[in-house]
Amino acid sequence: MTGSWWPVAAIVAVVLATAAVGTLGVRSRTTSDFLVASRSVTPFLNASAIGGEYLSAASFLGIAGLVLTYGVDMLWFPVGYTVGYLVLLVLVAAPLRRSGAYTLPDFAEMRFGSPRLRLLSSVLVVLIGWLYLLPQLQGAGITLRVLTGAPLWVGAVVVAVVVSVTVAAGGMRSITVVQAFQYWLKLAAISLPAILLVGAWHRDGAPVFADGGWGTPLSGFGGREYPLYSTYSIVLATFLGTMGLPHVLVRFYTNPDGRAARRTTLAVLGLLSVFYLFPPVFGALGRVYTPELAGTSAADTVVLLLPGRVFGGWVGQALSSLVAAGAFAAFLSTASGLSVSVAGVLTQDVIRRESRFGGVALRFRLSTAIAVAVPLVLALVAGRTDLAQTVTLAFAVAASTFCPLLVLGIWWPRLTAQGAIASLIVGGGSALVAVVAVLTFGPFTGLGGALLDQPAAWTVPLAFLTAIVVSLRTRDRDPRAVAAALTRLHSPEELEPRH
Amino acid sequence: MSATTPPSDRARREVITHPRTAAARSTAHRRGVRRDVTEQTELGITLMRSLRRAQLRLALVVGIVIAVVVGGIPLMFLAVPAVRDARVSGLSLGWVVLGVLVFPLICLTGWLYVRAADRGEAEFVDLVERS
Repeated sequence: MTGSWWPVAAIVAVVLATAAVGTLGVRSRTTSDFLVASRSVTPFLNASAIGGEYLSAASFLGIAGLVLTYGVDMLWFPVGYTVGYLVLLVLVAAPLRRSGAYTLPDFAEMRFGSPRLRLLSSVLVVLIGWLYLLPQLQGAGITLRVLTGAPLWVGAVVVAVVVSVTVAAGGMRSITVVQAFQYWLKLAAISLPAILLVGAWHRDGAPVFADGGWGTPLSGFGGREYPLYSTYSIVLATFLGTMGLPHVLVRFYTNPDGRAARRTTLAVLGLLSVFYLFPPVFGALGRVYTPELAGTSAADTVVLLLPGRVFGGWVGQALSSLVAAGAFAAFLSTASGLSVSVAGVLTQDVIRRESRFGGVALRFRLSTAIAVAVPLVLALVAGRTDLAQTVTLAFAVAASTFCPLLVLGIWWPRLTAQGAIASLIVGGGSALVAVVAVLTFGPFTGLGGALLDQPAAWTVPLAFLTAIVVSLRTRDRDPRAVAAALTRLHSPEELEPRH
Repeated sequence: MSATTPPSDRARREVITHPRTAAARSTAHRRGVRRDVTEQTELGITLMRSLRRAQLRLALVVGIVIAVVVGGIPLMFLAVPAVRDARVSGLSLGWVVLGVLVFPLICLTGWLYVRAADRGEAEFVDLVERS
């Protein structure tokens, strides 16, 4: 692969297109423009943008790599990423929009009226955002290395710089158009090669995939211990974590009302379902054509390498360029969405209004630089783990913190600010301990290793339990204020004229 | 006007009209509905609680269906080795279910939920507007 300029040209085209569309939106000036595109985005455009933002390095590259190495159990990642949206639709989509808040800390303040809870939420949004940005930057690094032989840091720096410039220039309004475009680019870039690869595989006489448990659920293929526990932990993290991802949440505020929020989410389910049919194809055909990648740190590159391996000549070149462009669209869109969210929270809660940093535009730009710089440094110093695995750790933290906060906060009037704070500390703390252990000392073996690698199965119940027990033992502020907050979350728009 | 109505089904419908009274309207267009609602009667809050509980019931039904149908798949593979090892035109059943079949199921569930949730809210609004 090394030395071909086609994929590099494709990446440059994606980067330039992103930067161009991004800077067209330079007219963003108010807080509302920067953070939520002034809430004027139609459901279909918004759904495409959500799809574009959500399909990250983990979806585009990571799933195929994991399927290649560990087999059919890894299909729980795409299934979970999709069901996570269904759970979000059912439990939080409309009430969250009706809360009228810009960010998750805004929601926490609106529901609980507690500055401490708001601050804690802000810290967690930033931590989850950074954890999720890390694999995007790493993915960019390995992609550029595979395609050009460039050192790992080059791709990470390119994505960080493009994202900072685009986000700082335009904020949410321009990002929406960019991300909607990037969904369709990613779908084309994964589906067309996948369909052609299946055709080529048939032409070759449909050689069987190496098996030995690879195609059998719960076989522990690839040396995975405790497959049932890991499977359920992935299920819990992805089903319940999606709603707590900062870049997912901020998108709901761009819907005009709660009902539109539901329609948008339904459209997202369709868009994700179509996309996720394709990445496993690369993992499966990789067992036939690139089996040497399985179990190595290069497994994440199977999507990039397979088209060139199967097709020679200009077809292989063109398809390789297409997947490279799709991969960069994935890094850029997810990283942009995360940066907007993290920068939004930093702007509102860290670099305060009364500070000496001037107007909202300047504060937002400063926040963007911080939001991108920290994960960039982490990406440059941290060791490599599987992309989808790192992303799932971010899901686990989100599921152990914001899932109880949102679900109980929206549906259970007895949840108190103290209960929510205790739950964030206990759930988030235990999940973060596992994450830090895995990222610095992992991978581990044995039962303890499984518990740390996939912490959600114990941290999520722990977080819910803490929230409920502490809430039942504490009294909240004015119960009428709680009733008022819940009324606002659940009342249809017709009854409440709002802005 | 609702104060004089006898406590019957009719009385309940009368109470629902409260948010449309002049007093409620005068505060409704202020920033945030919090004040508007905190000034609401106990019965106004009770009414909203009934909508919330109806929507929660719907959400729980969908949640339980997801938990049993999708969340039950690994347990089914564990409990029934014949299902785990079954093959559909060369592919293991696990591939067919997790790679393809589960996605239309997710979309269908979402579509049914959105229909039911919208209908529940529309009926609630109707009830309030009519009274």
